[in-house]
Order: sequence, then C-alpha cells, then structure tokens
Amino acid sequence: MSDAPGYGLADEHESLRRAVREFARAEVAPVIGDYYERAAFPYDIVAKMGAMGLFGLPFPEEYGGMGGDYFALCLALEELARVDSSVAITLEAGVSLGAMPVYRFGTEEQRGRWLPDLCAGTRLGAFGLTEPGGGTDAGATRTTARLDGGQWVIDGTKVFITNSGTDITALVTVTAVTGRGPEGRPEISAIVVPSGTPGFTVGQKYSKVGWSASDTNELVFADCRVPADHLLGERGRGYAQFLRTLDEGRVAIAALSVGLAQGCVDECLRYSAERTAFGRAIGGYQAIQFKIADMEARAHTARLAYYDAAARMLAGLPFKKEAAIAKLVASNAAMDNARDATQVFGGYGFMNEFPVGRFYRDAKILEIGEGTSEVQRMLIARELGVGPEGSRAS
Amino acid sequence: MNIVVLVKQVPDTATERKLSAADSTLDRASADGVINELDEYAIEEGLRLKEAHGGEVTILTMGPDQASDSIRKALSMGADKAVHLVDDALHGSDAVQTSYALAQVLKKIGFDLAVLGSESTDARTGVLAAALAERLGVPQLSLASKVEIDGSTVRIQRITDYGYDRVEGSLPAVLSVVEKINEPRYPSFKGIMAAKKKPVEKLSLADAGIDPALVGLAGATTQVVDFADAPPREAGTVVKDEGDGGAKLAEFLAAKKFV
Ligand SMILES: Cc1cc2nc3c(=O)[nH]c(=O)nc-3n(C[C@H](O)[C@H](O)[C@H](O)COP(=O)(O)OP(=O)(O)OC[C@H]3O[C@@H](n4cnc5c(N)ncnc54)[C@H](O)[C@@H]3O)c2cc1C
Repeated sequence: MSDAPGYGLADEHESLRRAVREFARAEVAPVIGDYYERAAFPYDIVAKMGAMGLFGLPFPEEYGGMGGDYFALCLALEELARVDSSVAITLEAGVSLGAMPVYRFGTEEQRGRWLPDLCAGTRLGAFGLTEPGGGTDAGATRTTARLDGGQWVIDGTKVFITNSGTDITALVTVTAVTGRGPEGRPEISAIVVPSGTPGFTVGQKYSKVGWSASDTNELVFADCRVPADHLLGERGRGYAQFLRTLDEGRVAIAALSVGLAQGCVDECLRYSAERTAFGRAIGGYQAIQFKIADMEARAHTARLAYYDAAARMLAGLPFKKEAAIAKLVASNAAMDNARDATQVFGGYGFMNEFPVGRFYRDAKILEIGEGTSEVQRMLIARELGVGPEGSRAS
Repeated sequence: MNIVVLVKQVPDTATERKLSAADSTLDRASADGVINELDEYAIEEGLRLKEAHGGEVTILTMGPDQASDSIRKALSMGADKAVHLVDDALHGSDAVQTSYALAQVLKKIGFDLAVLGSESTDARTGVLAAALAERLGVPQLSLASKVEIDGSTVRIQRITDYGYDRVEGSLPAVLSVVEKINEPRYPSFKGIMAAKKKPVEKLSLADAGIDPALVGLAGATTQVVDFADAPPREAGTVVKDEGDGGAKLAEFLAAKKFV
C-alpha cells in the first residue's frame, strides 16, 4: 500500500511517520488551500505542529526538544510535503535553518535563551544568507557588522528569507562581513538579530509562484545594533558554519521533495480511478499507467537517496556527496512528478483548488533553494575530484 | 485518580471494510486497524483529567494481537500503562458478552473513572457504557461534551437534540464522551519513545476470571444472519424552475412527508 513506505524503519520512526501522516491529512489538507489562495501564513496549523513537538524533533529534551534525530525531522517533512509544501518548508526552515545553528554553534547561554521557544514552535527562527547580489556565491556577502561599544552594528540587505517576518518570528541569524583576512579575504561571521531590534526592518512580502502560505521577506539592516554576545559561534567561522547547515538542509529539502513527489502519486492514484474518458477510468489507459509508474519509481529512488544520506549523517560518516545527490535527484523527481500529475489531471490540474496545481507551483523552488541543482552538481563533481586539476580518483 | 480508558481497535473508516463470508464477523485482515475515533477523545479526556487532578491513566483494550498497535499509540499520547485482554475464545463476542468481559477486567484492575467513546465506528451499537455501568453497579454519565470533577462528584454536560443536560454522579463511574468534548492530541516523538518502555499487561480469559462459556461467537446473544453491500445511491430528482419551482419543491417535500 502506498501508505506504508516500510524500508525497515525503526518502530519509533515508523510511528512518527504515521502520526505526521495523520496530522497532515486531518489538520492540513482540509484548510491549506484557503491559506494558499490568500497567501496567508497558517498560524493555526503551525501552532498545532508546535504542540505535536515537530519543531523540537532533533533537539535534546533539556532545551525543550523531543530527543529525536535529524532523520525523524526528514520523515516529518516528507509526510507534511505529501500534503502541502508551505507548511513543510516552514518547519524545515524553522528547525534546520533557524534553530539548528543556535543549537550547534551557540553557547550554553544562547541555547538556553532561544531554543526552548523555537523547539516549542511558539516562536520561529530564520537564517539570512542570500543577498540581492547573489545567493550561490555566498562568499560575496556585502552585509557588514562592526563592533562598536560592545555592540555589533549591522548594515545590509538580505533577500528571500523564509520565516523572517511572521508575528511569531523570534530571530534571524544573518551572515555578515566582520573584517578582512590577510589577503583581503572577507571574514564572515554569523550574528543573531532578534525580531523587533531597532534598525532591522522586514521589507516587502513577495508575491511568489509557489509556497504561497509560507513567509518569505526581504530584510533591511540599517545601523542595527545587537549586543556583542549575539555572535553565533566563532568570529570568522560564519562561512564554514553555514556550509554544515546547508549540507544537512539539503537532506531535509530532499525529504520534502520526496514528499511532494509521493503526494503527486497519491493524487493520481485516486483521480485515475475516478475520472472516466471514452467510457472507462483513465487509469485503464496505458499512457496514464506508465506515467504513474514512472512517478512512483522517481519517488521511490529519491527516497532511497535521502535515507542513505541521512543514515550516513547520523552515523557520523562524510555525507556531502550523498546529500548533494539526494537533493539533486529528489528535487528533479518532484519537478517531473508535478508536471506528470498535472497532465494526468488535465484541466483540473491547472486549477489552484486541486492539490496537484499547488504541487506544480511548489516544485520549482526545490531545484533552487538551499543550493541550486547546478550547485549540487558542482559539489558532486568536486567530491569526485573532477576538475581542472584532474580526477582525484584516478 | 485511577482513570481507565477503554480503547477499541476498529478497521480504518477511510478504507473499504468487509465482513468475513465464513462467520459474518469483521474481516480484520482486509483493512488497517486504527483506534476507534471517539476513543481518541476518551483518551484525551482521560489525560486532561489526570493532568488536572493527578493519578494514572490505564488503557484497557479487548481485541486480537494486532490491537497492540492501537495500545502503543494510546501510550504514546501519554497514557501510563495498558491492559490487553486477548484470547482466541473472545472472537465473535457481541455487545452483551463484551460488556461482561470488560466488566470482569475492570473489577479486577479497579478504577475511579472508566472513560470510553460513546460508540464505535464498526459495530455502532453504542450500548457498552450503559451495559458496563449496570454490570459494575456504578453511575453512567453518557454522551458527555464537558466534564468536571470535584472531589468524588462528576458533573457533565450531556449533549441532546435541544442543547445539553447537566448530569451529576459520584465516583466510581462510567463516562462516555462525544467528539465535542476536546481535540485529541497527536503523539509526539518524545511520547512515542516513552511508550516503548511503558508496561502492557496481557490477560487471558483465565487471568481475568472470565467464564469462557459466556463469551465468543457460539454463545452470542445476537447474530448477524445475513449481509449485503449497500445499494448504490440512486440518481436524485431534479426540479427545474419554470416559474413554478417553489410549488414543485413544496409538493415534493409534502409527498415525502417532510412538510
Ligand atoms: C521562496 C524562497 C525561500 C528562500 N529562503 C531562503 C532563506 O531562508 N535563507 C536564505 O539565505 N536564502 C533563501 N532563499 C534564497 C535561495 O537559497 C537562493 O535563491 C539560491 O541559493 C540561489 O541564489 P540566487 O537566487 O542569488 O541565484 P544566483 O546565485 O544568482 O544563481 C543564478 C543561476 O546561476 C547559477 N550559478 C551560480 N553560480 C554558478 C556557478 N559557479 N556555476 C554554474 N552555475 C552557477 C545558479 O545555479 C542559478 O541557476 C530562498 C529563496 C526562495 C525563492
């Protein structure tokens, strides 16, 4: 049955997967279309996700977490995205970009200050890296932060930042140039800016192609001052830190992509049995059967790819290449499945009120956010040692 | 307070459910088992009462081995422990026999408040709460949409067609709930992990002091004689408005004795 991935998941992971599946069907599916149409942030759903402990999944109980692991988060993301990607990305960004850097690089004092609310989902965290001048080339960060009288003074602009402007946003961790190295290389650090800090303004809300019920904003920092102890991790390590954050995030985005790809299969299974043309269910036509078979094959293989990357990550093995592969194939699968599912639905597939219409609009960003598909290929090639200097493997 | 929540595993209403051709009982292999929907509200109410008044929540389930899935879920929502009455001889028991078996277990394990959903989505007899209260000789507070406990007094709002009745009884008691009462929580990962370590006691008929002659298909007081698929829904009547639509509608309703 399509409901049960199986794969010998541990009992607790399988129970969690089922609980989130039920949650997504009962709490998200009936209402999300309306939020999406209005491009409204689903505070009610997020509160329920918080009550269920989803925002605390990979964090220890001492910070209000659930004592689970990153794979548990991935399973939750997959099951949410199987129904809707806006709520899934809200969770992904909140945990993997918002709270995880605080947990991983924060001091004990910083963890204690920010994590409990972020784990409870009563407040959201965001991570601001991308700038108007470029996201892929993160080394070209223009935003600056300088120390002045025990405070960081931040100036610059960030774009496309998820979860940064909701009523419950607690903080945005921004990357900023805090100095220059010996050869003039920028020294990049990460600094936590609490929402509401004077000089930090949330700019326009974008009109987006997809993810309409998620929160994405432009952020402007002008003479924005935060205490010196808001530096997250080591000064000058901001760049290295976010690379680790992004490696993990890729596995999470892969899981989310698999969810969307599987959601397309779910919808098509149902619709192809109900919809008739020329006197029979369209599922009786081989053209439709093959489409659905291809869709299932893509979702299945992409799932194996992210399970593998997550397993390596949890085992403490190198997982950069596997994470890049998982994100590449899973976002591809999501895109292909969304296109095919829309085709199976015919004209109804082009209507926003049908989930596949949303899937179609939500799929494209998966090939762009948290590292474009080009970046994933660059990473895979680099890990293989392919490059101007010749292959490392030979 | 010692709260026992009765939880029944039923076939998922979202899937196609069948009766077995051999003995007209539920074909449990044909559909996924889930917690009876109203029982989730009963679990939630049990947990809330415990959170407010202290004590312990025990899950009591009668059902085959696979019902342990539902028990696990109830424990992961936050119940403290479970008792699983499982015995092949129970197969085919009807509502009267089931109430006998469960009452025996309740007597054995003891309770201040036994909470259950007001009916199950499979058999839908809706008589268990009343039968249990009768067998146990305690008050029944049924169809509760709100519950308050004050010392040994239980007050409920009992939903009715016209609003609600206020009903009061004393502990120990049997309480049946409707879905208006609360919003059941979803299990958290922490709850799921904790549930793995919670005790589940399995009882056979002998363990529970249940007389085998009084349960099971052979001695059931009711019998499913025959069953058939529900007939497909017939096409509705379309009333076309040609200036006299209102009159035609009124005629239609009058013919069906609605007006
Ligand atoms: C809805 C949404 C939410 C987002 N949320 C966040 C967030 O929370 N935080 C955050 O920091 N960012 C966020 N982003 C930004 C996102 O991560 C970036 O858009 C993405 O990394 C690409 O950066 P860019 O848009 O500047 O494209 P560019 O970097 O300008 O890239 C343009 C094109 O050039 C290609 N390219 C670039 N360099 C190379 C190269 N060396 N070789 C080959 N091809 C190359 C890219 O692959 C791409 O196709 C979000 C974006 C969106 C749309």
